[in-house]
Amino acid sequence: MIITLGSIRYDILIDYYPLLLKGAITTIKFSLISVVIGTILGLFLCFLYLSNLKLPKFIYTVYITVFRGTPSLVQILIFHFAVLPSIGVFPAAVSGIVALSFNSGAYISEIFRAGIMSVERGQMEAARSLGMTYNQAMRYVILPQAFKRVIPPLGNVFISMLKNSSLVSIISIQDLTYTGSLISESTLRVWEAWLAVALLYLIMTLFLSWGLRRLESSMTKSEKGEK
Amino acid sequence: MIRIINLHKSFGNLKVLNGVSCHIKEKEVVVIIGPSGSGKSTLLRCINKLEDPTSGEIIVDDMSLHSSSVNINKIRAEVGMVFQQFNLFPHKTVLENIALAPIKVRKMFTEKAYRTAVQLLEKVGLEDKANAYPYQLSGGQQQRVAIARALAMQPKIMLFDEPTSALDPEMIGEVLAVIRQLAQEGMTMVVVSHEMGFVREVGDRVVFLEKGVIVEEGMPEELFGNPRHERTKLFLSKIL
Repeated sequence: MIITLGSIRYDILIDYYPLLLKGAITTIKFSLISVVIGTILGLFLCFLYLSNLKLPKFIYTVYITVFRGTPSLVQILIFHFAVLPSIGVFPAAVSGIVALSFNSGAYISEIFRAGIMSVERGQMEAARSLGMTYNQAMRYVILPQAFKRVIPPLGNVFISMLKNSSLVSIISIQDLTYTGSLISESTLRVWEAWLAVALLYLIMTLFLSWGLRRLESSMTKSEKGEK
Repeated sequence: MIRIINLHKSFGNLKVLNGVSCHIKEKEVVVIIGPSGSGKSTLLRCINKLEDPTSGEIIVDDMSLHSSSVNINKIRAEVGMVFQQFNLFPHKTVLENIALAPIKVRKMFTEKAYRTAVQLLEKVGLEDKANAYPYQLSGGQQQRVAIARALAMQPKIMLFDEPTSALDPEMIGEVLAVIRQLAQEGMTMVVVSHEMGFVREVGDRVVFLEKGVIVEEGMPEELFGNPRHERTKLFLSKIL
């Protein structure tokens, strides 16, 4: 049965919606895993910088420069066709996640660094003057405050990560974008497939930014009057 | 209690302390005065090593801050510090601010730390603010909490870095009252302050610092009433 409204054929969407949902779930999985690994990596990198030692700081700078200065798509291709094959045999999913994690790690570490450095110097001094070690002061005083401040910029990275994950379709990972091209090729209809894909991305990013706004407002309550 | 020997401190080319020597006895209240940029705060911050001296020696409670065998966190736990800007932890309640260091550094039981915190709040007259966040308090109240937080570590020495300079005039009194009480209880204190009435009242000794050197020191009446140095006279004529 062919259902049309204007020139859009809705029956295609009905036929292919399980496939679209599956693609969307793959997209969510990839973004989520990459962003979690990227966050851990970013925190680690950030401490390399804060160590104030020459070599770790140099590694940090090189890392940030390379991963922010080259296209994500090129990074995915390099990981998939060059780096990982030289180590062993991995499924495409691994290349995708590794590339996305390394990429997001660069942005996330810069956000953490800015967040930690934005906490007033007096906070560290007060904590140290009470006899806390550097690590205790970081853990109980600096990081909790920095964490609240990085939620908005971190949210931006999460959202761009969700969209960036569409790039892994180039290495045949069956995410939402890959599904879109699959549908458009097999039905020979472009509008239906790509509008549906765009709409699903939009729903995901809207939902994510709504969630992040709620998290932000619930976490900043105690700091309203902070100088 | 604190012995400072020929202390020098430079920030790059800027020499802030140029050979300060000073001895602070137990239960003594020493007030440091001097024009801005004279090195008062730097001297205070050297005592608990928030600043690293360029040369010279500081001995706190028979432990040299320079010796590598000394754990600086141990010394800091014995030396309480109160800052001009209060520096309360904004993400913690008043009670948590006070109890944090005793729990984490002294390994005190949480329950006991909170009980002590409540007692300290009573001492500074803020027991009703226990569960408030710092932003809900006035400047004077915040500074009193900061004092309670420092006292919670049961320090042997308290350092006050211009504790009333960031306060509105009507709040200065309540903070000074707390410091006065500590002086009466026999706490060893080093205070940077320009509240001259207060200095006269609680100070055992006044040290006048200028350009990183101690120009003159003496009992408050002596130094204020009959300063020997021209520079001291000039400074006092401006602020009294």
